[in-house]
Amino acid sequence: MIEQLVVEGLAIGACYGLFGIAVAIIYKTSEVVNFAQGEMGMVATFVAFHILTVYHVPFWLAFVLTLLFAAALGALIQTCFLRPAKDPTVLGLIIITLGAEMLLMGLAGWKWGAEQKDFPFILSVQKTREIAPGLELNEWSMGVFVLSAVIMLILFLFFRYSRLGIAMRATQQNVNAAKVMGIKVERVFAITWAMSSVIGAVAAMFFAARSVLDPNFMMEPFMRAFAAAVLGGLTSIPGVVAGGLIMGIVENVFGYRWPEWKPIVAFVVIVLILTLKPSGLFAKHFVKKV
Amino acid sequence: MDMKRDYYEDIELFQSNTVFFWTVVLMACLFTLPLYVESYNIYLVNIILVHVIMAVGLNILVGYTGQISLGHAGFFAIGAYGTALISMHLHMPFVVSLIASGLIAAFFGFILGLPALRLEGPYLAIATLGFGLTIMHVIGRWEVFGGRMGITVPPLDMGVPGTPLSFVIEGDVKIYYLILVITILMVICARNLMKTRLGRAFVAIRDDDVAAEVMGVNLTVYKTLSFAVSAFYAGIAGGLYGYVVSFFDPFTFNLILSIIFLVMVVVGGLGSILGSVLGASLITYLQFDLLKNVEELPYLGDLLVLVSRKWLTVIGLANFSSIALGVIMICIVIFEPLGMFGIWIRIKKYWKTWPF
Repeated sequence: MIEQLVVEGLAIGACYGLFGIAVAIIYKTSEVVNFAQGEMGMVATFVAFHILTVYHVPFWLAFVLTLLFAAALGALIQTCFLRPAKDPTVLGLIIITLGAEMLLMGLAGWKWGAEQKDFPFILSVQKTREIAPGLELNEWSMGVFVLSAVIMLILFLFFRYSRLGIAMRATQQNVNAAKVMGIKVERVFAITWAMSSVIGAVAAMFFAARSVLDPNFMMEPFMRAFAAAVLGGLTSIPGVVAGGLIMGIVENVFGYRWPEWKPIVAFVVIVLILTLKPSGLFAKHFVKKV
Repeated sequence: MDMKRDYYEDIELFQSNTVFFWTVVLMACLFTLPLYVESYNIYLVNIILVHVIMAVGLNILVGYTGQISLGHAGFFAIGAYGTALISMHLHMPFVVSLIASGLIAAFFGFILGLPALRLEGPYLAIATLGFGLTIMHVIGRWEVFGGRMGITVPPLDMGVPGTPLSFVIEGDVKIYYLILVITILMVICARNLMKTRLGRAFVAIRDDDVAAEVMGVNLTVYKTLSFAVSAFYAGIAGGLYGYVVSFFDPFTFNLILSIIFLVMVVVGGLGSILGSVLGASLITYLQFDLLKNVEELPYLGDLLVLVSRKWLTVIGLANFSSIALGVIMICIVIFEPLGMFGIWIRIKKYWKTWPF
């Protein structure tokens, strides 16, 4: 029984981790906490839903089109909302992304209405397969495991070997030095947002397959994923994934034991851990020099 | 703007005769408001006043001390439930239950302030957000709090309920006067508090906490105190809110409410009491009145209905207020980071030397 719970928790955790990565790569490069991430994923999922139900295209095509849309959306939000702000404070940036969140949520509600819809996803939560004696895994979980492993591998290679990835890391370390080295910092930010939006959209489609599709459906997963990312330390991608997995297991096991406290058990754990380790479990804690 | 020549001039309540004159005019308008405003609008004004208290309190934390809170709806909820339950079960007079629940909220603020000592930026945001959600869920689970169904607030009683001393205040207009007096007291109190040693310590922490500590400001004491004071304001606001709406459930106090409170402070102007008053009034008016019936607006309403018919859904037009608030939030940070208070300062500067 406990193994089953842990495995399911790991699957949800991997999904949190995937979404947490989306939050973390924006925070890593531009030190913006993107509260609109969930709603960006939500709008992308609605676009996928729209393409699938109105135009009846094959799923893979809708998937690719959605990812293109997500990339454009991310770059657009960065260019239109964050770039014009001059020397914003941390609070200012949080307010901008919260504003973008409300904007996107309002637009989605205006276009698609508030009623709940089923998202026609190709991997089902119901179809299960026995992978070991007494241990079942549904198609959805397998998809999450494979896809998050692939995305993490791509990201690792991207940040390690590609020119753009190195430019992103340089921007993160020191914006001014990066500018001197000839990196177009603003463009790097826009590309980062596009990338993050794509990863977020993938994770959001998985979340939609597990629950229902409505303009609020990403609120809870986003907060869990964000909390998981904070738990892992926001700046290290393996840390974020580990945070997501821990979150998934804690939530699933405790949630099974005390179902009525499921929504908050994760937050209690996080507040406790942050009190002991203020920068999360896996990030180095930088003490500010005066 | 004007040069201050001594400490007394800085702490004076009315810094010039003009300010005094306009304050008197404003007070006269506020106290005669029920004579020429209809009943529904008095209800709206009551909510605005409650939000003013809330925004002033949140501004002490966010604007003056520089901490971020995404969980103030939690303190608001503690105040609302605390006041209702204390007067319902313990049969306490209104003032006692209001202050008691304010103090309970302040205690929770102190508790939340402890982890906040070590956190900053996004980490603090997530911790406070978690706090707000936790409060909402705990209240929703326990039967004492009325569970998910919510509770009906007992009548507002200035005396002791259930005894001959009972003195019930009913109706929006009477509650309006009570809330108005409390709001004015709270706003003046906050304004004066920020001119004292406490307020200066808060501002020092906001500008540079390390430097403040070197100067002898005890960070532990003042940061937790800032959370406690802010939570006290939120608790009082929550208690009054309960009497204004007379019925509420746990989901009234969700994350969106915390965000809206933060928006009031930012739109009004960080670190300015006048700004919070303006911001709370504007955002509450937009949210509860103007944007609620957006399709009835002249020109714009017709245009929006037309657009909805063509590309979107007419029924979804109710979401327009969310869009408008989002745009306001983004625009205020991009174009006027000081908020409405900044706009006011600029107008004042411009007209002061006019026509030069």
